[in-house]
Amino acid sequence: MIDLHGFGHQLLQGALVTVELALASLVVGLVLGLLGAAAKLSSIKPLQWIANIYTTLIRGLPELLTVLIIYFGATTVLMSIAGLFGYDEYIEIGAFAAGVTALGLTFGAYATEVFRGALQSIPKGQHESAVALGMGTFHKFYRIILPQVWRIALPGLGNLFLVLLKDTALVSVVGLEDIMRKANIAVSSTKEAFLFYLVAAIMYLVLTIVSMGVVSYLEKRARRGLTRG
Amino acid sequence: MDFSVVVEYFPRLLEGTWVSIQLVLLSIVLGGLFALPIALARISPVLWIRSLPFAYIFFFRGTPLLVQIFLVYYGASQFDVVRESVLWPILREPFWCAIIAFTLNTSAYTAEIFRGAIQAIPPGEVEACKVVGMSKTQMYRRVLLPRAFGIVLPAYGNEIILMLKGSALASTITILDLTGMARTIIARTYTPIEIFLAAGAIYLLISMVIIAIFRQVEKHQNRYLGSVSIKVPDKG
Repeated sequence: MIDLHGFGHQLLQGALVTVELALASLVVGLVLGLLGAAAKLSSIKPLQWIANIYTTLIRGLPELLTVLIIYFGATTVLMSIAGLFGYDEYIEIGAFAAGVTALGLTFGAYATEVFRGALQSIPKGQHESAVALGMGTFHKFYRIILPQVWRIALPGLGNLFLVLLKDTALVSVVGLEDIMRKANIAVSSTKEAFLFYLVAAIMYLVLTIVSMGVVSYLEKRARRGLTRG
Repeated sequence: MDFSVVVEYFPRLLEGTWVSIQLVLLSIVLGGLFALPIALARISPVLWIRSLPFAYIFFFRGTPLLVQIFLVYYGASQFDVVRESVLWPILREPFWCAIIAFTLNTSAYTAEIFRGAIQAIPPGEVEACKVVGMSKTQMYRRVLLPRAFGIVLPAYGNEIILMLKGSALASTITILDLTGMARTIIARTYTPIEIFLAAGAIYLLISMVIIAIFRQVEKHQNRYLGSVSIKVPDKG
């Protein structure tokens, strides 16, 4: 058995933080993605512009830079807003909040394209028959469109989640106590860099394999309405 | 906000940009060279030839690039064998460690792209070459490789842009690339928003240039498709 010098427990705690960060960013990203796709497909021009600027900017920026901008930028912006109200104490947003914001924004930008493609691939007849059955906009979206969009978008979203999972490592740069940061701490006290980074890599691999399993289960479940041809 | 710091430190940012470009170019070229044999081994019918590249690709695509960089930069120097070897002058340099990590990483992704392209050529084209009596070399040179090249281009362009964004991680091992330079300037001037936004703008500009170049090459490569643009429906 390999000797982790008692850091095994710390690394597992880090893994929990990594998973929390990934899931929280996923929720934010899915909401942003749906909103972005809706904006891109809407007939209101300014909404289209905003969505296009959002996806172009975020997809062109390195994820590390996004994390840094949010982490350091948000502090400055929040402090200047607070300054307007006469509050001049130091405000700092946490690494976790900055991470969720940055990774959620990134996931959302890519998910916008996935959702847009899925929404566009729903045949017009589906919309028309929902209206013919007397469904309102909400019911039509919730009962007819969304389940089909979900099925078509799932493979793309699954890939994006795997990317997101790996991007969570970047938030360790601003001090979040995730797998990566715990490994850094272990390395600085034991000097066994190769061992701990390899263990960290294996932990990410395990998380990747588990996520792939969950995604393929969800895909199977989303397809259950279709008969096998 | 005071954007005069951006003007003042712009030459430094350009220096960083040049380091970033070097990192991306070197790793893309080396990664591409490594990727071809990996891709060919990956589609081998022999199980034990196929399984090694599979594990390689799975490892490098399944773990964060940051872990890979740290494994090379901090991990390798832990072993005395490495420190006493002739390669130590190279492995001591953060720049070359970044190149090694990026090359390994991008070669895994590129190998998958190559594999997809090779497998995407319809068997009918191979058969057609045989029918008109081409030799194997002629077949590869005239039909298969240009075809695979055309198929590979869009995905390869994306990979280069991903590499450009990944190159920002070089700043975590003390390299003064564009991000590293930005962080150094910020440590002196305390103007994170202005400098980071300027760095972001430079990254955007570089990716736009890459996209434009690839659009031109793609147009040239797929010119046999005629001037009629074919609308490919979104797969979603």
